[in-house]
Amino acid sequence: MFNKKFFLYLVLSLVFYGVVQFLITGMWLNDFYVDTLVLIGINIILAVSLNLINGFTGQFSIGHAGFMSIGAYVSAIMTYNFQMSFPVALLAGCVAAALAGLVIGLPTLRLKGDYLAIATLGFGEIIRIVWLNTEYVGGASGMNGIDKLTNWTWTFFLVLITILVIQNIVKSTHGRAMISVRENEIAAEAMGVNVTKYKVYAFVVGAFFAGLAGGLTAHYFYIIQPTSFNFMKSFEILVFVVLGGLGSTGGVVLGTILLTLLFTYLQEYPELRMIIYSLILIFTMIFRPQGLLGGFSAKKMVKKGGSSQDGSSTTSA
Amino acid sequence: MFEYIVQQLINGISIGSIYALIALGYTMVYGIIKLINFAHGDVFMVGAFVGYFAAKAGLGLFWSLILAMAVCAILGVLIERLAYRPLRGAARIVILITAIGVSFLLENLGIYALGPQAKGFPEIVTKTQYTLFGDVTINSVQIIVLAVTVILMVLLQYVVHKTKMGKAMRAVSYDMEAARLMGINVDTTISFTFAIGSALAGAAGVVFAVMYPSVDPLMGIIPGLKAFVAAVLGGIGIIPGALVGGLVLGIVETGVSSAGFSLWRDGAAFAILILILIFKPSGLFGKNVREKV
Repeated sequence: MFNKKFFLYLVLSLVFYGVVQFLITGMWLNDFYVDTLVLIGINIILAVSLNLINGFTGQFSIGHAGFMSIGAYVSAIMTYNFQMSFPVALLAGCVAAALAGLVIGLPTLRLKGDYLAIATLGFGEIIRIVWLNTEYVGGASGMNGIDKLTNWTWTFFLVLITILVIQNIVKSTHGRAMISVRENEIAAEAMGVNVTKYKVYAFVVGAFFAGLAGGLTAHYFYIIQPTSFNFMKSFEILVFVVLGGLGSTGGVVLGTILLTLLFTYLQEYPELRMIIYSLILIFTMIFRPQGLLGGFSAKKMVKKGGSSQDGSSTTSA
Repeated sequence: MFEYIVQQLINGISIGSIYALIALGYTMVYGIIKLINFAHGDVFMVGAFVGYFAAKAGLGLFWSLILAMAVCAILGVLIERLAYRPLRGAARIVILITAIGVSFLLENLGIYALGPQAKGFPEIVTKTQYTLFGDVTINSVQIIVLAVTVILMVLLQYVVHKTKMGKAMRAVSYDMEAARLMGINVDTTISFTFAIGSALAGAAGVVFAVMYPSVDPLMGIIPGLKAFVAAVLGGIGIIPGALVGGLVLGIVETGVSSAGFSLWRDGAAFAILILILIFKPSGLFGKNVREKV
């Protein structure tokens, strides 16, 4: 992992960060662009972490918005009600989401395929309904007036950390075990891989970073409401992953950037936006089911034992 | 107290039978091509809108129902032809995501064409209350919902068990390859299944709109999800299971609401879903199938 290429991409991405930061402080980039950049960053964290569960471990989860909401609410409570500092609040949100991932993952990960998908969807909705019925966090109207603490710097470095951590996991022994679970569960078990352990592991790590994205969201948009974390949100994250290519971090980052940009620029045509979005989804599935970079990365992974172009994701982040 | 419980049972059964009608479509499609057809709830929405326009045009309940069922049957076949058939044999997740895409498309085409706001459904059934005994009442809409459900169930049983097409459906869901070898036209059979399932959803859409007199393009999401829960509860792929699952879900929901937890009503449906998935994933009527390596 820590080869020449890695450091090259790391330096390139830091240069990218520096340039953007310079443009922001110099007022050359207005709020619209900063909003878009931060939104892309948050979406990348969501998509890359869901990719660990769905793409690398092959467990079809569609409840990611639920974990995101836990991160958002817990971190918002920490800064708003307990006046904690931002990093501590974010971490608390992540840990809470990861714990929820553990509690939900242990019973549900015995299920497979469609059943697992539906169970995670159900849990995601239950989490939302719990927020909806908790007066402490404002019920249906949600929490208002959260401090705006997220900025480009926080977003950028947390995206970088997320990608680094996930890529590190994927390329480690644990990652190999996860991929073996995806490829063939029974064969993996026969080879001595503790299948349940790795499924739960992927689920908890995925939930942790979903919580991080939630915390960033809450502290960027001032307001969080239960409805913004419904299963449509989960589907949206899933679409980033699938369009980019399941099991390819680079592809997922690229897909997320493209879709978020598309979404932002179609904002003037709100009715057409979702129609175009769904058509893209259907046509991608029919004509390129492996996603933008899905097949490419998988091939490289087999050949070289590590996909080098994944590093490029750090640059584009 | 007894009267109150009976009253809640009647309310539960009438909403539950709508869930059952939608759940049948899920279950039949799943039984035959192992696809959770997420667009099914939106076919239900289209049915409700066809009923709305038919009722506006002055058609009565009967013809609104027939029209909605016909339009939905055609829509279901079209969706299958255009979106799912090119993916026959693709990975399950790919087809599932396509279904989500189709669902988004129908919802947003609906918003684009008809506007996002809810429209009041014209009163094509005069609502009269009948007292059964004591304080227990049933209204004409509930009677119609029950009647429509029972009639369609009987028709469905007839089609599935007594006709040649029904035999083909059962054969394809049992073993698609073997059915093909026996000379069954698998594609036609799958189209037929979509047509029947979607027609049932269309009928459910109309009776739902009569019961809660309003229609909007996103109305299919929640009933669709709940009907899916009903299908899983009864054992997905099993037709009587969908009926029982729908009724049980309707009764439980009404029970939770009437016990004063109406905000938790949707949560109850999902809690049932998770409990059943954890303890008996094959559903109430399902058999455990051993996995072959």
